Parts: sequence; C-alpha cells; structure tokens
Amino acid sequence: MENYFNLFISAVFVENLALAFFLGMCTFLAISKQVSAAFGLGVAVVFIQTLTVPVNHLIYYYLLRDGALAWAGMPEVNLSFLGLICYIGVIAALVQILEMFLDKYVPALYNALGVYMPLITVNCAILGGTLFMVERDYNLGESITYGIGTGVGWALAITALAGIREKLKYSDIPSGLQGLGITFIATGLMSLGFMAFSGIQL
Amino acid sequence: MASDTKKLVTGPIADNNPIILQVLGICSALAVTTKMSTALTMCIALTAVLCASNVLISLIRNHVPSSIRIIVQITIIASLVIVVDQLLKAFAFGLSKELSVFVGLIITNCIVLGRAEAFALKNPPLPSFYDGLGNGLGYSAILLLVGFVRELFGSGSLFGFQILSLARDGGWYVPNGMLLLPPSAFFIIGLIIWAVRTWKPSQVEKPDFQIQTAHRAEVS
Repeated sequence: MENYFNLFISAVFVENLALAFFLGMCTFLAISKQVSAAFGLGVAVVFIQTLTVPVNHLIYYYLLRDGALAWAGMPEVNLSFLGLICYIGVIAALVQILEMFLDKYVPALYNALGVYMPLITVNCAILGGTLFMVERDYNLGESITYGIGTGVGWALAITALAGIREKLKYSDIPSGLQGLGITFIATGLMSLGFMAFSGIQL
Repeated sequence: MASDTKKLVTGPIADNNPIILQVLGICSALAVTTKMSTALTMCIALTAVLCASNVLISLIRNHVPSSIRIIVQITIIASLVIVVDQLLKAFAFGLSKELSVFVGLIITNCIVLGRAEAFALKNPPLPSFYDGLGNGLGYSAILLLVGFVRELFGSGSLFGFQILSLARDGGWYVPNGMLLLPPSAFFIIGLIIWAVRTWKPSQVEKPDFQIQTAHRAEVS
C-alpha cells in the first residue's frame, strides 16, 4: 500500500509529466488562458489517463511483450515493436468511446468536456504515460496508480499555469515577450518551483 | 516554381517557425536538448518522419474520406515512427536509450499531424515534401540552438567533446548546473522568442489588455 502511495505522490509532484518531462506542452500552452477551460481539460486528461495506462498495460503484458503469447502456444513471438501503433490506437479508440458514452449517459459532463476530447488524442502526456509505464515495467496495480497520478499532476500544473496567466494579463510586458514568450518563462519558474519536490525521499 | 520551393523550405526556419510561432512540437524540443547529440538525433528523426508522412499523406489525400482522416494519418505516422525507432535501436542503441520515450512521442508531436492537416491534405506530394523539410529544419534550428546553449554552458562541452575546461578538472569554467535541469529549457526558448520577435516585430502578439501610455508614464 505504501508503495502505491509513494508512486502516486512522485507521479503528481516529483515527476510531473508537464513540468519535469515537458509532455503535453502544446495543449498545455494553448488551453491555459482561462482557469475554467484549463480545469475542464485537466479533468478530461485524468479520466483518459486513468483508463489508458492500465488498458495499455494489459495489452502489453498479455499480447505484445517478449514471450507474452505463451498462453496461445507461441512462446517465441515478440510483438513489442508493434507497441507504438497499438497504444495510439487504444488511446484514439478510448477517447472516441468515452466521448460517445458521455454524450449518451452524462450529457452535462459531455458538454463541459466535449470540446477538449479530440485534443486529448494528440496530447503527448497520454502516450508518454503509457510509454513510461512500459519502460519502467509497472505491474497492473502500479500502472493504475501511475495513470491517476500523472493525470492529476498534469491537471494541477495546467490549472496553476492558467491562474498565473489570468493575473499576467494585466501586467506590462515588453512587446516581444507578449503572449507566448512570457508563458514560457512563467512555466519555467513553475517548473523550478516543482523541482523543490525532487529532494523528497520516498 | 523555384521561388515557391525556396519559400516552402526556408519560410518555416525564421518567418513561420513551427516551435516559436505555430507553438507546435514543444514537448520534445525541451526534453532532449540537454546534449547536442540527442538533440541532433531527434532533429534527424523528426525531419525524416515529417517528410515521409507529408509525402505519403499527400499521395492518398484524394482517396481518404475526411471523417476518418485523423485515424489514417495517425496510423501512417505511427508506422513511420516505428521504423525510425527500430532503426535507432539497431544502429544507435545508446542514443535510443537516452532518448527513451521521446522517439515514440514523435507520433503525438503536433508538428507532424499539424503539417499533415494544414498542408499535405491540400497539396501534391512534391510541395508537401518541401513543406515537411522546411518545418523539420525550423524545428531543428531551435532544438540545436537550445541544445548548444545547454550543453556548452551546462557541462562545458559540445557533442561530448570538452570545449571549456571545467573547474573540477583544474580548468577555469564552473559549469552552470541549472542549464541541465528542465526549467532552463523554458527560459532559453522564452528568450529565443523574445529575440526573434524583436528582430521580426510582425510576429508580436496583440496584448489582451493594454495599459494606457498615459498611465504607464505615471507608474514609472
């Protein structure tokens, strides 16, 4: 249990996907102008991330891994090179299914998240989470925890940045830094702040 | 035609740079730039994938219904990235380990999908190839610049060769360790954006909220 808790905390703070690994930066910078929009996108990412990492874990573990097909009588088959195309397929399909499901059964949530759903397919944080899970050999329980943790961490970072940018709107910035430039520097400062967590021994 | 080609190739390097103006493909730009060697590998990999995907998507652009075009594009890009990934693993295993997940993340690199959507779907293969090449070069220019600054001042070397003699080896240069940490990449790109926009004022964004000049004088 403690192991999972540590993994969760380190996925949220120490190894924050957005601020320590720069994943999902494109959407991170594009959708962080308003706190409400950023929060909506953050929730959608937590949702998808919690689903995709464990699902991709199962696919990797039972179908693609070296020797994974032993249960089907083919122990020498190694399909791990097909990983990338499978993971992105799973992500795209899950996003689509979730979108249809929400549209039918939870229309309120669909209206809130709907516009962000297609953006999530090409969000590197989602694919990145899966690839890290494969690289670090997490088991099923760990990959569920890792999925939730990275999702929450990403949502936290984008909401915080949106808060900063809402305030920044009223400051007097040199014209060349206006917009994108100052956003980069603010993100850099946030990332410095998050580095303070890296001293925590878990 | 010649001038068109030139515009397609050189335009994205400074005037319409994918990273600093179109805000595409930033994730990998930041993560792999602690060293020139990883940055260069990433540039070559991305440019290759971008050219190939633009050509392939442009070739089939009249046969793909628009409702499923995204999934078709993603499949093409993912297959190309798998080829690049396997090649790197076969011929440069050390580098491929250092790049870890970032080769795979070329799939979701917005430059590739963005150029496919914006250019390759509407243009014949040859111009699409040049567009891919140009955007790849624009991406590479920023990546190599950031990598240059981070490696030279962060560890005093370039491509692993020692340029500035480090204080801990009896030299004079005390390396700036912060440049090897993630935040520095944000600062460097922010400063590059500032420099480029001072040079080309047409790229400056309109502020959402303007402090009036009269008031500004009072404040300062």
